[in-house]
Amino acid sequence: MMRKSVGLLSQYLIGVLFGLGLLVSGMSNPEKILAFLDLGGAWDPSLIFVMGGAVLVGLIAFYLAKKRTQSFFGDALQIPTRRDIDKRLVIGSVLFGLGWGIAGFCPGPALVALGSGHTKALIFVLAMLVGMAACEWFFSGNKRTPALK
Amino acid sequence: MQIDWTAFTPGPALFGGILLGIAAALYIHFHGRILGISGIVGGLFRFQQSDAFWRICFVLGLLTAPFWASFLFGLHPIQDIQAEWGTLILAGLLVGFGAHYGSGCTSGHGICGLSRLSPRSLVATASFMGAGFLTVFFIRHVLS
Repeated sequence: MMRKSVGLLSQYLIGVLFGLGLLVSGMSNPEKILAFLDLGGAWDPSLIFVMGGAVLVGLIAFYLAKKRTQSFFGDALQIPTRRDIDKRLVIGSVLFGLGWGIAGFCPGPALVALGSGHTKALIFVLAMLVGMAACEWFFSGNKRTPALK
Repeated sequence: MQIDWTAFTPGPALFGGILLGIAAALYIHFHGRILGISGIVGGLFRFQQSDAFWRICFVLGLLTAPFWASFLFGLHPIQDIQAEWGTLILAGLLVGFGAHYGSGCTSGHGICGLSRLSPRSLVATASFMGAGFLTVFFIRHVLS
């Protein structure tokens, strides 16, 4: 019971930290995302530095994580093992990129902007949830690997 | 290509990026999972009560991050949403469907996948970045 509550608190706090990262880096601002994606206009390369900083930390973190047998809270380690490139991966990512380029929002920043009280972010998030639900219902979601149950 | 030096913010971008990396690091070590927003949110549609709680706790963290940014650090970052309602609905549907169908978004494939040196995530990231570049080019320089 105690460990479960601490686990949920940890979920919350990591969510806050991720949200702070998006806010500090400017990535919760869709106009900044669009300025990055606009190679033909006045280009803002900031997103490269965001990804660079995150991946720098991530490379070390995941290298070390692969040596673990279980997580700190005792859960099984669920690191994806698939390496095949299928149509689904590419089609899904292209559709995602299309939507990302249209409004400058991806899921994390949209939720943070919703938390800032922007009505327009609520509209986006509701549509996003409908999109996810539609995919889950019509295509039974992600093709889950056995490692992910 | 012309770099907009006034909009370019390498310092905060790098610092914020490091925070994102630390969050992803804590997530895999503490919870054994990939920190991917579309994966965490999308999992709610599998209606498994056992894991709905922690997913909601994480999302609440994202939603309250602006409050903590303001309360603890006095930060009120600009969030300029130019898109109209119809555009937002179309974009939201595509982002939600696409990320769920393609098993990830900018966090799961972008940050975590590249950090894991996953070939699938590299292809996914190249695909959504490429699609994003082309979409913005088309909207801003072909349509208008």
